Amino acid sequence: MNKLQKLLKEKGILLADGATGTNLIPMGLDSGQAPEAWNFDHVDRIQKLHQSFIDAGSDILVTNSFGGTARRLHLHDLHDRVVEINKAAAEIAGDLVAKSGREIVIAGSVGPTGDLLVPLGELTYEGAVEAFEEQMTGLKQGGADLAWIETMSSPEEIDAAIEAANNVGLDYVVTASFDTAGNTMMGLTPTAFAQQMAGKNPRPQAFGSNCGVGASDLLVAAIDMVANADGIPVVAKANAGIPKIAGDQVVYSGSPELMGDYAKLAMNLGVSIIGGCCGNSPAHVKAMADALRTHNGGDAPTADEIIEVLGPLVSPKSTKTSDRSSRRRRRG
Amino acid sequence: MADEEDDIILSELDDEELSEQMQDDLYDGLKEEIEEGVNIFLERGWAPYDILTKVLVKGMKTVGDDFRDGILFVPEVLLAANAMKAGMHILRPLLTETGAPKMGKMVVGTVKGDIHDIGKNLVGMMMEGAGFEVIDLGINTDVDQFLTAIEEHKPDILGMSALLTTTMTYMKVVIETLKEKGIRDELIVLVGGAPLNEEFGEAIGADAYCKDAAVAVETAKRLITQQA
Repeated sequence: MNKLQKLLKEKGILLADGATGTNLIPMGLDSGQAPEAWNFDHVDRIQKLHQSFIDAGSDILVTNSFGGTARRLHLHDLHDRVVEINKAAAEIAGDLVAKSGREIVIAGSVGPTGDLLVPLGELTYEGAVEAFEEQMTGLKQGGADLAWIETMSSPEEIDAAIEAANNVGLDYVVTASFDTAGNTMMGLTPTAFAQQMAGKNPRPQAFGSNCGVGASDLLVAAIDMVANADGIPVVAKANAGIPKIAGDQVVYSGSPELMGDYAKLAMNLGVSIIGGCCGNSPAHVKAMADALRTHNGGDAPTADEIIEVLGPLVSPKSTKTSDRSSRRRRRG
Repeated sequence: MADEEDDIILSELDDEELSEQMQDDLYDGLKEEIEEGVNIFLERGWAPYDILTKVLVKGMKTVGDDFRDGILFVPEVLLAANAMKAGMHILRPLLTETGAPKMGKMVVGTVKGDIHDIGKNLVGMMMEGAGFEVIDLGINTDVDQFLTAIEEHKPDILGMSALLTTTMTYMKVVIETLKEKGIRDELIVLVGGAPLNEEFGEAIGADAYCKDAAVAVETAKRLITQQA
């Protein structure tokens, strides 16, 4: 039994952490700068962020390696240091976990390559596997407990990342972003994603959703994922509302209290791993921790009940039909 | 597909049927059929501008509407836009020769620090499909590159895209610089990208936030008409 399974068995529900990128901006990350560079340049700031989540009660720390594939690091001229950067990301989190004296999962963040796969784009499936493998090799060397594959939208890219995790010998979790009319931007539905995950061998340690367009949209997508999870734990890491700009700073509309309510709803839905993505500060995570600790559970909410508490959907499922009236015979 | 359904011979269709079939083929992203259809219309003596507006733009409008309405998603729209692009490839030199009217000119780029260009590319293709001239600056575009391109191309519209919470604020940097240079009001500034929203676009001083490429086309058309 690995650490995540053990913790899930002990606690039933786990608290993940909050945002990385949006929390690094007030710490001095300039617009367009690679957060991953801070695994060398500002280790203290990454430590500070991780420690604040440990203090808030997180059972899972997601490493500062989201953009850690060569394909993304190329822009910052860091593509020759992929293994080193990811290893450092896992080590920074690992050191703090060791000092905490608690059992905390070190989840090696793996974000999308940013490229479209063939035939829509230039990146081959093999090329994607290779890129993820390189990143995951570093994460494993640094002591990550698993690959935390997140913010995904393309089913093929998800397959590639899973193949890489298997090749490297890491357990894995996958979360997708359902930000476009209830689907991912590539048209993957929550149900189809759940079915894709249930069909994997080995199966993911957990799967679910992160980021996207707001807490309501994410939890509504989670309804379909829980229904089709076939026993696999479901993850919810929602944004704290939507971003607004105040002066030169980006602030998110969702308060810690709102995210506390979100955590309770997620728990009632049957979600097993609850945390936040963009806009979630340590205070938001603390609010989720408090909410989960004092909450005794309740009936699974419907979509309408979620919307009533957390606000309207930003990108609801389509209710329209195509105007393609002159639909003729489709050719070969 | 049944055999008989594969039997459509484009050149045997009358103009109206061919136009409808091509709009349908565009929807299905059938690039070669679009090329064939464009050539047939040219052989029949259609003006390049009519092929563009009455067939291709009309077809892309349906694709755009269904994208906006959450019926189609990025993969289908990319295939359709690629088919459109193949048709445009044939038409573009002819449109220039015949001096066909243009909707306007757009400079577009993904901002500094960001490599995400899927949405930006779609905007470029759909804008071109709607009759705009598009100058694409690619990814990781800094303020100097935007300024140089604006000076060189004198666009009506500046489009900026960002997909990361760590890069979206750079749009504000660009807009502030345009203001400092006193050229902000000469341009329609459109912004887009997954983490953005309308209020954000407004707060950074853009003319509009466009939630997807279809909305970008609609907004560009609307604002350019207002300006004229």
